[in-house]
Amino acid sequence: MTTFTTRRQLLAASAGFGALLAAPAIVRAQADKALNLYSSRHYDTDEALYTNFTQSTGIKINRIEAAPDALIERMRAEGANSPADVFISVDAGRIERARELGLLAPVNSEALVSRIPAHLRDPDGHWFGFSTRARVIVYNKEKVNPADLSSYEDLVNPRWKGRFLTRSSTNIYSQSLTGSILAARGEAGTEAWAKALVANFVRPPRGGDTDQIRAVAAGEGDLGFSNTYYVGNIIRKPAAADQGVIEKIGVFFPNQADRGTHVNISGGGLCASSKNKEAAGRFLEYLLSEPAQKFFAEGNDEYPVVAGLAPPTSIARFGTFKADQLNARVFARNNAQALQIMDRAGWK
Amino acid sequence: MRLRNDLSPLTIAALAMAAIVGFPLLSLALSLTQTGAGSIQHLVSTLMLEAVFNTLGLMLCVGAGCALIGVSTAWLVTAFQFRGSKSLEWLLLLPLAMPAYIIGYAYTDALAFAGPVQSSLRAMFGWSRADYWFPDIHSLWGVSLMLTLVLYPYVYMLARAAFVEQSACIMDASRTLGGNMRESFRRIALPLARPAIAAGIALALMEALADLGTVQYFGITTFTTVIYRTWFGMGDRIAAAQLATALLCFVLLLVALEQSTRGSRRFGRTSKRERIIGAKRLTGWRAFGAAATCAIPVVLGFAIPVAILSRLHLSGGDPFFGARFLQYAGNSFLLAMLATLVIVSAGALLAYVLRVSRSRIGSAAVRFATLGYAIPGTVVAVGVLIPLGIFDNALDGFMRGTFGISTGLVLSGTLVALIFAYLVRFLAIATGGVEAGYARIGMNVDFAARTLGSTQGAVAHRIHVPMLRRSLLTAGLVVFVDVMKELPATLIVRPFNFDTLAVRVYQLASDERLAQSSTAALTIVAIGMLPVLLLTRATRRQG
Repeated sequence: MTTFTTRRQLLAASAGFGALLAAPAIVRAQADKALNLYSSRHYDTDEALYTNFTQSTGIKINRIEAAPDALIERMRAEGANSPADVFISVDAGRIERARELGLLAPVNSEALVSRIPAHLRDPDGHWFGFSTRARVIVYNKEKVNPADLSSYEDLVNPRWKGRFLTRSSTNIYSQSLTGSILAARGEAGTEAWAKALVANFVRPPRGGDTDQIRAVAAGEGDLGFSNTYYVGNIIRKPAAADQGVIEKIGVFFPNQADRGTHVNISGGGLCASSKNKEAAGRFLEYLLSEPAQKFFAEGNDEYPVVAGLAPPTSIARFGTFKADQLNARVFARNNAQALQIMDRAGWK
Repeated sequence: MRLRNDLSPLTIAALAMAAIVGFPLLSLALSLTQTGAGSIQHLVSTLMLEAVFNTLGLMLCVGAGCALIGVSTAWLVTAFQFRGSKSLEWLLLLPLAMPAYIIGYAYTDALAFAGPVQSSLRAMFGWSRADYWFPDIHSLWGVSLMLTLVLYPYVYMLARAAFVEQSACIMDASRTLGGNMRESFRRIALPLARPAIAAGIALALMEALADLGTVQYFGITTFTTVIYRTWFGMGDRIAAAQLATALLCFVLLLVALEQSTRGSRRFGRTSKRERIIGAKRLTGWRAFGAAATCAIPVVLGFAIPVAILSRLHLSGGDPFFGARFLQYAGNSFLLAMLATLVIVSAGALLAYVLRVSRSRIGSAAVRFATLGYAIPGTVVAVGVLIPLGIFDNALDGFMRGTFGISTGLVLSGTLVALIFAYLVRFLAIATGGVEAGYARIGMNVDFAARTLGSTQGAVAHRIHVPMLRRSLLTAGLVVFVDVMKELPATLIVRPFNFDTLAVRVYQLASDERLAQSSTAALTIVAIGMLPVLLLTRATRRQG
């Protein structure tokens, strides 16, 4: 490690350092023609999705992947000169927040509107869901009779005392599920539900969805929440630790008798600061194309949003289901209140 | 005693730097003049009590744990010779290369209900859930243990440097006067090393306070998790900044407390002899006990997590292992080197100014500028993005208005921004490390040199730098390793398409692919080991 002993050395080092720092700025200036994504998707399989776009349009894609909240803060700080063209989130809550903060611009595209069901896009065209994941109940087949399961609401039944597993309320998937219950049951009803559900927890929430699936299979608890694509991931590419996990678990789609199972979206929107609106629009439309929809399904086990396309092979075995038609914007806006309700209920 | 008047150019340079680095922190404090969306009332009635209790508990456990492990092992390897003591000297540094979130992943994966340890136990004895008790690692104790295991090297490193550099004469005198080893330790070595030990504990505590990844993964509510919840979960940025400011004030209070109890005592060394002559040779069970005491933290903080990660790597590993992977490693290494040069130079400048000017304003500014280490990385990162964004947009507006050209974002989204974020976050390590080194060089050395006609610059160049060599190297090592491990600021501030090893771990871990993320995690540890080994060689040659 060097230490600067003379002023001259220090100057020389500073100059060299300055040159190094200028390099990326030059590179960036040349890359201005490319499409810049701020994405909170973090799936290796998306590489193919982007490569395919570049191959068919000649438009290069630059990416920054980070947590959605962090990306939102970056766009806010960068302001009108932000290089971001398209913002991509993995849930409705955060993309709706980007819209509320004025970071997204509406897109008028007949192709987008006609291919995406109304409840999976912003009514004003600021964001569009291009894939969905359902929040299902995963249960241990030896310990739970699926005939005893019916709805999210019924999980508060004392029958499940000391048997239920879930991840933290910090996670956006917990927030959006509770936000959808808030829409259906109101504040008091949701708080009562959350309190009673917490009373059924095996242990305080921890880990991710995959951890809940493993814990159900190993018998730490008998049932818990998971997003469908985590189940799909285990089926398609089981890690060594997951041998035998899938054989032990069942997947139940709740609320089939009433409003349907809660689904969240992965969505994208045009950034208000974009100087490349035409390419951004093409990219959003590309995400709805059949090849792109297939990448979501077969690459990451997400459900395509375009009608008539097959569900992911890995989770197709669990059957089709009726999805909650609540507009994603509604449960997205409920997120903050849902979190406060979970805080009061002691859902960590 | 003052060598220069208060506002020498150097002091002004230091003040300017402190102002730039302190700006993101100051912008947090501005939130106190605003009104949030009412999240604080909600927090007070729900999570706040638990968060404060857990945070204090965490600090107490991590502080005590790091002090106990760091000081005892440093003393053992310095004052005694026993089988393995030479190797343990550097082995004890290795857990430094292990990011806290990674050791957390490794242990929870191994010790969870569905993990290999408990599964084997159940299979072996035919137990099910209710049949046995197993310590729950997802607890305040568990997370404190994780943080202690990777943070104790801060204390160890600084304490050991202090023990080694302590005048052999003083120790010899103490022992000649009939003091035994234990007494010499309690009455001479420990009080003399106190500033260094306190600096080490302060670093460990600040890092523990700023930690989000580990505590969140363990499901423990702390002050930091509450800040994130308020900001991102409830979307109340102002309330979150107010909470962060409260955290800042708390740390400031601790720093002031430590400084005031230290008082004006300054210990200079009088001898150049570097080794405690006649480090006592231990044999038999004493030697075994000493070796075991020093080996336990290495095994728990390094060997076992590396073994768990290696097992995960062998069972799956990163699908991008290959050319892409080399690029991640190269980016991590480049960033860490650049950041180390900048941060250590800045830290040395600040420490030097603190020494020669002794101005109150200067020292207050330096204290403030080095608080970033206790602030969670994401908060620092956003604190950096905001002023850079304002600057870039103002410049762009000016250039458009005056010359009709758009400059766009000049600094935002470049490596400059990222290195600035690291500077704000890690300056404390460099400044503190160099300061600890300076504390052991008596002012009489400077006075003597000045009396003999040396200029101020010559004193710094010909006396301070050689005598501070070990401190500078140590500071460089820690900054390098910390930048390698840093995640939240890297994620948000980095340029397009710029992935590092830590980013790769994040991508896979946030997709719940722990086994695949083990490859990048192991590589971070391996690269982090390099400077540890280099430092050991450098100090050996010198010793």
